Amino acid sequence: MNFMGYERPDGRAGSRNHVAVIPGVVCANDVAQEICRRVDNCRGYFHHQGCCQLPPDLDRVTQCLTGLALSGNVGAALIVSLGCEGTDCQKIYDAVVASGKPAEIIRIQELGGMANSISEGIKAAQRLSSAISPQQRVPIDISRLTLSIKCGASDATSGLASNCVIGCVADRLVDLGATVVFGETTEFIGAEHILARRAATPEAGREILRIVGEMENRAKSLGCDMRKGQPTPGNIAGGLSSIEEKSLGAIMKSGSRPIEGVLRYEEMVTVQKGLWIKDSPGREPEILTGMAVTGAQAMLFSTGRGAPQGFPTMPVIKICGNPITYEHMINDMDLNAGRIITGEASIDEVGEEAFDLLLEVLSGRTTKNEAVGYFGSIDICPIGPVI
Amino acid sequence: MNLALKVNDKDNVAVTFSDGIKDGAEVVIRDKEGNEETVTVLGDVPYGHKIAAADIPAGADIIKYGETIGAATRDIKKGEYTHVHNLESKRARGDKEAGR
Repeated sequence: MNFMGYERPDGRAGSRNHVAVIPGVVCANDVAQEICRRVDNCRGYFHHQGCCQLPPDLDRVTQCLTGLALSGNVGAALIVSLGCEGTDCQKIYDAVVASGKPAEIIRIQELGGMANSISEGIKAAQRLSSAISPQQRVPIDISRLTLSIKCGASDATSGLASNCVIGCVADRLVDLGATVVFGETTEFIGAEHILARRAATPEAGREILRIVGEMENRAKSLGCDMRKGQPTPGNIAGGLSSIEEKSLGAIMKSGSRPIEGVLRYEEMVTVQKGLWIKDSPGREPEILTGMAVTGAQAMLFSTGRGAPQGFPTMPVIKICGNPITYEHMINDMDLNAGRIITGEASIDEVGEEAFDLLLEVLSGRTTKNEAVGYFGSIDICPIGPVI
Repeated sequence: MNLALKVNDKDNVAVTFSDGIKDGAEVVIRDKEGNEETVTVLGDVPYGHKIAAADIPAGADIIKYGETIGAATRDIKKGEYTHVHNLESKRARGDKEAGR
């Protein structure tokens, strides 16, 4: 089984062919934004990290930006450095050059400030955009897909409909030899024993329990009930009473296959196949970034109350479990799994539709959020404080 | 007909999927095998929210998907609206840690 995608010189495959404009630090965002506004087919990662952070976080930022640049969905990369940040922009640039993809780097302080940098950046991005424009889609075997999955703005329908639909697709892709990555460690709390039982190895089981324990301790460290943080006020209004209830519904999206292991937040998929966990928080900007860093060429995203946003270079397909929300937010929702709740369709039937839609999106069809450019807010999840 | 789904045989709550179920209304609880039981609802229940499928004493576990989703903070009667007002999470409770 194939989708139509892009072959990269380092052997990766992509579903999109964008120029990634990568600010090395939050202070370079304004310049990167101007470049993206001007030049065709550019996508910027406007994160807020890269300076006055401890070394493990600076390493994480460098690795995450490198992962985004190396993703198969990126055809070329322009690094926008300020010049004094903690992120290693040269390392990111060198990694892209080594992968064989076109890359350029500009440094704002070296170029004499904003106006010169915007001017030079536009010329560089124009060269890159033009260079990758002749690339054609070719058949890519589905086993080369890394699919990321997530649920957001969940309600009581998520665990009974839309997450189950994604579980169907996840099982089918694992059986076809692809890679599937799910995360949201917070939303394993209360369901981790079920995930640990599905671990492919004793080590994977221990890792699952470890990351959940660490996340729970982090939440407890503020000395309050986690409720309202997780589950969110929206989840609670949607009928989810506790983190345990939210988690038990959330893990439905992982399907039923064995869990091979745990990936670090900044880790890319290289040779991993089958079902994997990415240690990540539940909030959208940080987990979508973490999943794109993984190298995922697309995401299936389940929602009940209606989460509209996407990611700059990873198409995000919204599968809505709530039939009322689907109708109300039809311009943001890609697939109606609410028909399971109303009894009009089975989980397997909507699972089939989701799989077909995924193949179309991988082959070039735009998702609702891509078509309207709703993908600007992203971030890298830090480990420690900003200092 | 107001329907509430009990997704696992071990569950003591069921999820309603009707808009605006009012106090005193009748709701049919349906399990996976299609068995049905009619109960009278205590409290107004919004779309997607839960009712008790059995009497649940204070402190007892509340079960959904066959797993614990929290504990009852007071006695809950069969048919009673069950949510954050009478169900508390047992996890990530920094407020209950020693010394706080």
